[in-house]
Formats: sequence, structure tokens, C-alpha cells
Amino acid sequence: MSYQPPRPWWLRWLPAGRTGVIAIPYLWLMLFFLIPFVIVLKIAFSDSRIGMPPYEPLLQWAGAQVVQIKLNLANFAFLVEDSLYWKAYLTSIWVAFVSTVFCLLIGYPMAYAIARASQTRRNVLLLLVILPFWTSFLLRVYAWIGLLKNNGLINNTLIALGVIDEPIQMLQTDFAVYIGIVYSYLPFMILPLYSTLEKMDLTLLEAAADLGSRPWKAFLQITLPLSRDGIIAGCMLVFIPAVGEFVIPSLLGDPGMLMIGKVLWTEFFNNRSWPVASAVAIALLLVLVIPFMVYEWGRLRREAAGEPV
Amino acid sequence: MNQTRPWFRIGSLIVGLAFLYIPIVSLVVFSFNKSRLVTVWGGFSTKWYGELMRNDQILNAAWLSLKIGALSATLAVVLGTIAGLVLARFGPFKGRTLLSGMTTAPLVMPEVITGLSLLLLFVTMEQLIGWPAGRGMTTIVIAHITLTMAYVTVIVQSRLASMDDSLEEAAQDLGARPAKVFFVITLPIILPALLSGWLLAFTLSLDDLVITSFVAGPGSSTLPMVVFSKVRLGVSPDINALATIFVTIVSIGVAVAGYLMARQQRLRESDVQMALAANQELVENLKRT
Repeated sequence: MSYQPPRPWWLRWLPAGRTGVIAIPYLWLMLFFLIPFVIVLKIAFSDSRIGMPPYEPLLQWAGAQVVQIKLNLANFAFLVEDSLYWKAYLTSIWVAFVSTVFCLLIGYPMAYAIARASQTRRNVLLLLVILPFWTSFLLRVYAWIGLLKNNGLINNTLIALGVIDEPIQMLQTDFAVYIGIVYSYLPFMILPLYSTLEKMDLTLLEAAADLGSRPWKAFLQITLPLSRDGIIAGCMLVFIPAVGEFVIPSLLGDPGMLMIGKVLWTEFFNNRSWPVASAVAIALLLVLVIPFMVYEWGRLRREAAGEPV
Repeated sequence: MNQTRPWFRIGSLIVGLAFLYIPIVSLVVFSFNKSRLVTVWGGFSTKWYGELMRNDQILNAAWLSLKIGALSATLAVVLGTIAGLVLARFGPFKGRTLLSGMTTAPLVMPEVITGLSLLLLFVTMEQLIGWPAGRGMTTIVIAHITLTMAYVTVIVQSRLASMDDSLEEAAQDLGARPAKVFFVITLPIILPALLSGWLLAFTLSLDDLVITSFVAGPGSSTLPMVVFSKVRLGVSPDINALATIFVTIVSIGVAVAGYLMARQQRLRESDVQMALAANQELVENLKRT
């Protein structure tokens, strides 16, 4: 170790360099990421101190202490009793599930093709996959309105070709929401798949071929199991944000379609009911993020312990 | 090589890329449409660009979004670089798993949850310590930093993981203190990663609607908020013009970045070749003496 001169007196009250550097991102994320969840939890349940922000909905709600606690417990009871919320959760999970499956079905062959292309082509293809991600998400969803609506590009083309006589209703259907989600999240599926497929040892496939395995069988028995991590990562990156999606169902979906992100938004902005919105958020977290966190935590622990991940 | 069915791979690529690009191309094409009906061709015209330039609401929102994007991307790069460095180079320490989890969680967290929780934090903080007073640019910037630093952290961490750390070790062996090693050795090497991290943070900030809507106050409508409220009412050609401007800037940016990176790669290769040649020369000279 090299000689380190003593620190000047005006720096001594600071923690040592290493701890200080670690503390910067730590404190930021604690304050702006972790603590906010505690506050959401508090507002979703009951806390007398929170009843006083100078905002109307909370002021009304902050009447007497006893009443307030009752009301707060009622938030969750409300969530359980009202079938609207149940339906919204189930619809969201179903929509996200279907979209994830389609993302995988479209994304896997693409990731596979990119990973097996030549080095120079690989970079260009990767760039082509990432490029849409750099242009505005909102504007790309907006583009689908123009394509899907009754006098939109797809219907006009099909009518011009004589395939159909009357426009098919595509905008404001579940189909449009699936398209929107698959389209927006496809790069998130392709990238982790690509990075596991690219690392794969191709000699395994050669060995399988030498031993007489059919290509399709070799794919199912070697490539697919080896890309498991990429599949899991890609599916998580698509499924979890898709469940809480707000923009796509509100622009492309049926106005009556209930997805939980839209319900939360409506509770918050239209009904101005912050406690119910918080309760919806907490329930969503429990359903979605906790399983993911447990998975991630286990993975990180194994990684830290130096075991194969 | 056991290359199965190339037609299947090429076909899936073509279909997939067409799926990704047809909507964008249609946006661009119909921005030059004379007709107000966005999807019926009525002749070539650039009038929607003129209309866009006269729309003060959109221009003000765009200016606000650019300011927020530049500020939050810069701070996100600083924080994200520190977090990436800590995770990639500091070895095990107490709470590393928590830090790692906190940096990746915002990547998958549904935006409605992040937005709501940040807003409630700001409201609570205002009650307790009087800051931030009201909501507006400050709260939006904080929210965007928290979201985008996660992306920067991932980029920096993976760049550091793939980087050869023997240069850093050499500098340390020669007596450079950790801060000096970082600023003189590590930082210049990972600079391209920081640049792409900044650009990604900037675009994400420019694009965010949901989190921004939660933490924005009255009078601080960003570009996505204005676009969303317009688009909700239906298609309008000036939004197509706006999208075309976006696509053009991004394509130029990516092309320039790609060119610069390729050139840097070539320079590095020629440096290596020159070093090898010099070495060869030295050996020849030594042989001769």
C-alpha cells in the first residue's frame, strides 16, 4: 500500500473516502426510492400525522382521528369488496401475460438470428433493434392509432386490396393493447435473450450434430435450456412494467377496459382519492414486485457468495 | 458450422424489423401530408411543421422538457457512475445487495407506483421541512434522476466489469491514490459509456409521461404531457411533424455516435499497431547493436 498523508483537519469529520463514496448513491436511493414506499404504505393504512397536508382530498379525509383510522382500513376492504379492482388486477395480469408470450415468440427468433449473424452485421442489427427505443415511446404508441383506426392505414390497405369490404374495428380493442405492449417492450425482450445466446458455446451444437442429433432437437435440448436466464430476464422486463401500464391502454384500448395502472391513475387524478390510490399501489406491489424482489435477492446473494448464478 | 434453416432466421428478422419500423415510417410519411386526415394521402406539404412552430404551448413545453432532460441526465450520470463504480469495484460491503436491488428495481417498477410514491414523499417532505415548496421543475428533475440513474448504473457497471483493470492496478502500484486512479485512468476509459448513459438518460427524461404527471405542479407541463392531452383527442398531423423531428434528431445522433465510436476503434487499433511497430523497431535496433 502506498503512503497516504494524514487528512486535513477540515475533512476529518467526514466518513473515510470509501464509505463516503458508497454513501452518496445509497442515501439518494434511500431517500427517493425506498422511503417513498414506506410513505405510500402509511397513507394506505393509517397515520394521524399524514392527515394534514394542505390538499383538499386529504383535508376532508383528516376529520377526526377515529374516523380517519376507520376510513383508512376501509381502503383495503374497499379494494377487496369492490369487484372492479379484482377485475382490473386480473385483466392486467392476463393482458401482460399474453403480451409477454407474444414478445417471447417474436423476440426469441430475432435474438437468435442476431446472435448467429456475422460480427459486423450483428452490431448493425442490434442498433436497429435499439433505435426505436430511443425515439419517444409516447409517439410510437401514437403511431399505432394512425395504423389501427377504422380509416387507418391497415384498414385502408386491406380494403384497397379487396380483402375486406368494411373496416375491422381494431383500435379500442384488447388486440390493440396487445400490439401496443408487444411493440413497445420488444427490445427489452430481445436484448437479454441476445446477450445469453451470444455467450453460448457453439461447439455444444456441433457435438450434438456429430452425435447425430437433429437440429431441431439440438435446439430444444441445448440452446433453449442454456438461454433460460435470458428468457427469465426478458419476461420479467416485459411482464412487470406491462401490468402497471397506463399509456398504452388509455390510448389504444377500449375506454371501458380496466387495467390497474389506469385505475390507479383515475383514483388519483380524477377521484382525487390518494388513500385508495395508495392501497391500489401497495396491492400491486405485493402481487408483482415482491416475487421479483425475492428472485433478485436470491440471485444477488448467490452472486455475492460466488456461486454460479 | 451447424447453421439451421437460414431462411427462418432471416425471415424472422425481416418480419420483426418491419414490425418495429412500419409505424415509425408511417409517422414520418404522413407528417408531410396536406390533408388533416392523418391517414389519407392528400398531397405533399410541410404546413404542419409551420403550424408546430407557431404552437406556443408545444414550444414552451419542449423548452421545459429540454432543460429538465439536460439537468437530470447530467446529475443522473454523476450519481449513476458513482453507484456503478461502487458496485463493480468496491468488492463486498455491508448492504451491497440492498444497493444493487435499489439500483435495478426502478428499471422494472411500474411507473404509476414510482410516480405516486415520489409525489407522496414530496408532499410529506414539504409538510415536515418546507422543501420542496410546491411542485414543478425541481421535483420533476429529482424524479427523473432517480429513474434514469438506474440505467446509467447498469451501463457503467457492465462497462467496468468488461474493462481490463490491470491499468488501474498498475497506477495504484505506482502510488496513485484511489481518487487519482479514478479521474486519470478509469474515467477517460469509460467516457464513451458515460456519454451513451447521458444520452439514454436524456431521452428517457424527455419521454417520460407517467412519473412526470404525478410530480409536476400546475404550470409545469412537459412535452409528453402536452402531447398526451392532444393525442387523447385523436390524431393530429402536427404531432406527426413533431415525431419526425424526434426521429431525425435521434437518427443523426446515433449515426454520429456510431461514426465516432468506429473512428475511435480504428485509432485505438492503429495505436496498437504503431506500438507494435515501434517495439519491432526497438528489437531490430537492439539486435543490430
